[in-house]
Amino acid sequence: MPVIELQDSVVLLGRFPALTGVNLRIESGETVLLQGPNGAGKSTLLHLCAGLVAPVSGSSKVFGFDLSATKERQEARRRIAMLGHDTGLYIDLTVIENLHFWARAAGLDSELSKERVDGATKRLGIDEGLFDLAVRLLSAGQRRRVSLAALIVRRPELWLLDEPHAGLDQAGRDLVDDLITDAVIAGGTVVVASHDLDRVGLLSGRIVTLAGGLVRRDEVI
Amino acid sequence: MIQSSASPDLLTTGSRGSRALGLFSLLGIAALLLFAFGLTEPDIRLHPTTGDEIGQFDAVRLLYLHVPLAVCTYVAFFFCALSSACYLIRRTPWFDTMAYAMAEVGTVFCGLVLMTGSIWGRPVWNTWWEWGDVRLMTTLVLFLTFLGYLGLRRATHDMTASARRGAVVALVAVINLPIVNRSVEWWENRTLHQKSTLGDLKIQDLTLFTLILGFFVFGLLMTWLLLHRFRVGWLERQGAEHRLAIAIIERRADADGGNLGMVVGDIP
Amino acid sequence: MIRLFLDARLIAVKDLRIEFRSRILLNQVIPFAFLVLVLFGFALDADQPTLRIFAPGLFWIAVLFCALLAVQRSVSIEKADGADTRLRLSGVSPVAVFLGKSASVFAQLVVLEVILSIGIFVFYGSSVKQPLLMIVTGLLAATAVASTGTLYGSLASGLGARESLLPIMLLPVLAPVLIAATRAFEEALGNASVDGWAWLGLLAMFAAVATGFGGLAHGVLVDE
Repeated sequence: MPVIELQDSVVLLGRFPALTGVNLRIESGETVLLQGPNGAGKSTLLHLCAGLVAPVSGSSKVFGFDLSATKERQEARRRIAMLGHDTGLYIDLTVIENLHFWARAAGLDSELSKERVDGATKRLGIDEGLFDLAVRLLSAGQRRRVSLAALIVRRPELWLLDEPHAGLDQAGRDLVDDLITDAVIAGGTVVVASHDLDRVGLLSGRIVTLAGGLVRRDEVI
Repeated sequence: MIQSSASPDLLTTGSRGSRALGLFSLLGIAALLLFAFGLTEPDIRLHPTTGDEIGQFDAVRLLYLHVPLAVCTYVAFFFCALSSACYLIRRTPWFDTMAYAMAEVGTVFCGLVLMTGSIWGRPVWNTWWEWGDVRLMTTLVLFLTFLGYLGLRRATHDMTASARRGAVVALVAVINLPIVNRSVEWWENRTLHQKSTLGDLKIQDLTLFTLILGFFVFGLLMTWLLLHRFRVGWLERQGAEHRLAIAIIERRADADGGNLGMVVGDIP
Repeated sequence: MIRLFLDARLIAVKDLRIEFRSRILLNQVIPFAFLVLVLFGFALDADQPTLRIFAPGLFWIAVLFCALLAVQRSVSIEKADGADTRLRLSGVSPVAVFLGKSASVFAQLVVLEVILSIGIFVFYGSSVKQPLLMIVTGLLAATAVASTGTLYGSLASGLGARESLLPIMLLPVLAPVLIAATRAFEEALGNASVDGWAWLGLLAMFAAVATGFGGLAHGVLVDE
């Protein structure tokens, strides 16, 4: 069963047709680079696969769940982690409070949550000294790391990353690459929307080019 | 149902049926006004002990408008809630368009109820607004609630979200109605207001006929307005779908025109 | 079921913790409440007996205005950095989010009511004749306002006009709460003898319907 299966999917943002009939099929374990000019609909495509927007027409399935049905959309979301442009953190809470909150929200009990949060902070190189700082005091790069840590804790089967390297320093970018590799080794599926062709192109097995809300090119490397 | 005249730009929501309906409504209103303001008697009664002339006098004529308007309002809001519930269950656009039409027409009629009520109240109660009248107060809260409904629907640009949220608000409004009525009623009883109302009138023969004529005429008028408002809503929906289809085509064409390879770069 | 309450508690604790850190209630909402009481004093009359008569109504109007602020805040902390999107992705049920956020607004309203009570004792010279009635009214009204406010807060979310839309949508619906709570307070403060407990029955019904319908709306009707 393919992880993502879209046939002629049309998605509206308000009245604007962001996706105008996408056809895409991604199998488990693939790493896909999603590229295209600004405004092509890459972010919307990721949102669709995350079950955050409902398609208005066409057939859209993730993990076999039909994305046009509410309950199924909610089911699909549990196995997905998406890194968007926002951090998804509560700026008034501390780093550790945020991480524990998102771990508990993902359904982990307190012991498991502690264990995974420990692991995630080490993996992301988040210094213990930062744990009790409110997120509002962190730099953008640091926030991005915390944001990623909150996602790792979930151990998702599908990773949707929207410009994950943007705004990070060299060390940060390398870290993101490592995380993608981790995910692949763990058997997950990764879809990365990025303009950074050189970097992500090397990690991916497949490049999908989007423009005008449609898939224009779909090449396996 | 929807005709277009010779020039395709002129689209009208009128049809033979609706024009007939409109005509009858107009004639009906003329007849009602004749009866209400001409043929019926003012309400003059004799006080049982003092023998003075009391009653609502000419103000009673407004009731032939006010009461039917009120009934129409409540019918409209009831069906709005019903359509909203059906929409939430079935999700078909027909129910949503109907709910919106009912709400809008109902709100207009509600405003008229409040106005005629206020004008009627001036000579009878000696004030433009009587806080002591349960029905008037409940209708005011209902009016304000549905203004909120209309505000919400206009501010929500996404059609599906607008329909869903509007439906919830409409249901809340109607569920809240008996609670509002009960609370206002208890509140009024506390203050021991004794206000002259419909119950005091002798309703028989000509007054009864005029009242029933009022129900019939305003019922026709509301149906006519609903018909047009529904059709407008339907056309709006079709227009939006049409624009969407065009937008999709244009968007796809945009990308075709440019040099894709140059923008995205070649594969290493 | 257990999951639902655990998640709701998680959300409620999170919201209250944020409130504790950012102190919006303490620094902004409560001063605003006091300001409203004082302004009423300026506007009505400078003598306490008059103000005492109006105290119950003024109290609840102040609570309603502050509730608008509390609900707006409750919605905006989620919108701020896309946390609401993450919350949707996390698998937490929307009903749990509704219950959790309502509980948080409820707690803040209770704190507000306690402080406002002190306000009317001090500024208007009111005194409590039936403390139990006053407390139960406060709790029920807070529940009613918190549930209805949270429902409408989410209905108005995502719209640019949220600030002006929420008051006109929410306040008419809360009219019965205002009427009932004020009457109950009138008896509790010894202003009038109106069978305050009967009014509580109405309040309790409103609170129950608001919470039930709000949960239903979040679970089934306003699906995302």
